[in-house]
Amino acid sequence: MKKIEAIIRPEKLEQVKKALEENGYTGMTVIEVRGRGEQRGIKLQFRGRSITVDLLTKIKIEIVTPDEDVDKIVEIIAKNARTGRPGDGRIFIIPVEKAIRIRTGEVFE
Amino acid sequence: MPGFSSGDAAWILAATSMVVLMTMGLGFFYGGMVRRKNVVSMISLSFVSMVLVSLQWVLVGYSLSFGGNVLGGFVGGLEYAGLRGIAVDQPTPGLEGLPHLAFVAFQMTFAAITLAILTSALAERVKLGAFLVFGLLWTTLVYDPVAHWVWGGGWLHTWLHEALGAAPLDFAGGTVVHITSGFAALVLALVVGKRIGYGEYNMAPHNIPLTLIGTALLWFGWFGFNAGSALAADASAANALLVTHIAASAGALAWLVASWVRDKPGSLGLASGAVAGLVAITPAAGYVGAGAAVVIGAVAGLLCYGAMLFRIARGLDESLDAWAVHGMGGLWGAIATGIFADASVGGVSGLLQGNVAQFIAQVVDAGVAIAYTVVVTYIIAKIVEALLGLRVTETEEYVGLDLLQHGEEAYAWGG
Repeated sequence: MKKIEAIIRPEKLEQVKKALEENGYTGMTVIEVRGRGEQRGIKLQFRGRSITVDLLTKIKIEIVTPDEDVDKIVEIIAKNARTGRPGDGRIFIIPVEKAIRIRTGEVFE
Repeated sequence: MPGFSSGDAAWILAATSMVVLMTMGLGFFYGGMVRRKNVVSMISLSFVSMVLVSLQWVLVGYSLSFGGNVLGGFVGGLEYAGLRGIAVDQPTPGLEGLPHLAFVAFQMTFAAITLAILTSALAERVKLGAFLVFGLLWTTLVYDPVAHWVWGGGWLHTWLHEALGAAPLDFAGGTVVHITSGFAALVLALVVGKRIGYGEYNMAPHNIPLTLIGTALLWFGWFGFNAGSALAADASAANALLVTHIAASAGALAWLVASWVRDKPGSLGLASGAVAGLVAITPAAGYVGAGAAVVIGAVAGLLCYGAMLFRIARGLDESLDAWAVHGMGGLWGAIATGIFADASVGGVSGLLQGNVAQFIAQVVDAGVAIAYTVVVTYIIAKIVEALLGLRVTETEEYVGLDLLQHGEEAYAWGG
């Protein structure tokens, strides 16, 4: 079992969510976060002055899923979150030991 | 001091203050409907409109609107430029009970809110500097001449009166304020272009309570806008206040129910419907009774809702619906004034009382105002676009105007 953490552009959330749902992946946790990547944010010129916006608003999607679904989910997220410009985000895959459904006490391993 | 009426003066000073508050309230109304990264920018555009136009108004705007005819009545002369020649104790021409400066200030607020309304078309993508230049040109070349035609005794008023025996009616600015700002917004939206990701990204309103606060301030202020246009604390003002509230209520309920039929009864629909009703009753407020106000408001709610759906279906990013609500609502209001005008209320009959000429005068007046606004706004927008560029870069739009244009955030992180 793995946890997929995808940091994406906020404006791509609806598209990614819809694409995942169309492929049968409905469960997810979504968090609004701020961060920066290798470009250290965005540098802009404004009236001759340089401005750096270093922490940009992003969306983090967290999905815990059986190992066999990981590649498919990653592919869907990557395809739908891509614009081709810096700032499209990252996807991390993390091993998960155990998951417990609170309502029933059911344990997934 | 001459024989001023302290009652009239007090009411117009209060009404002026209400319209100022209404303009700031419009900023909140719009601000709640944009994304959180642009809310400071959106609210600021209304404040900027207020301060910019207020200065323009005392320098040349009042004179161009209410000065004596020049250029064949196309615009007013410059005899009041810088408010020269208007003494503190001078009465308003034709209104002995009202200080001239109270009239100047009251009319100033109309010019200011008109520019603020059209910022709808520039939401989330305009360069502030370019807006200042555009706003100055637009107010001078569109608002002031149209105000002169309709209220200042300009050519359109005179011509229609001579041709038809019926001068166009616009009690509080259905044509001057709402048609001009609404149709200018449509033209401007086409010149500026859609926001990046329009129709693809989620651009849902980020703070609906803020929009509802703005609606409350607009609704309150509109009593000053319409009832103040009686220019006296009298029976006409009382009628205007009542019909204004009735039309807003009918518009709100109509839009709410219509949106309920299609989906859910959203509070934004209620708010937009109220504004649609307020817009539509504006030209008629001094000429119709409460019964007609119900019809005018309800039709406005449905018509403006339909106009919004049409705009969305056509993929037009006139972002906050100034055209659908103010443009179309103002057009309906102008026509409705010609239909429902009641001689027992304002001394003028409309179509329902057999006065066909009045109805035609209203249609022609609105049509001319639309045509002039569309053409001149397009030219001004294209010139400013060519010289300064009206919109920010793609990256700036992505980061948001609050940080880029103002160096501020509405909802600071870790603060």
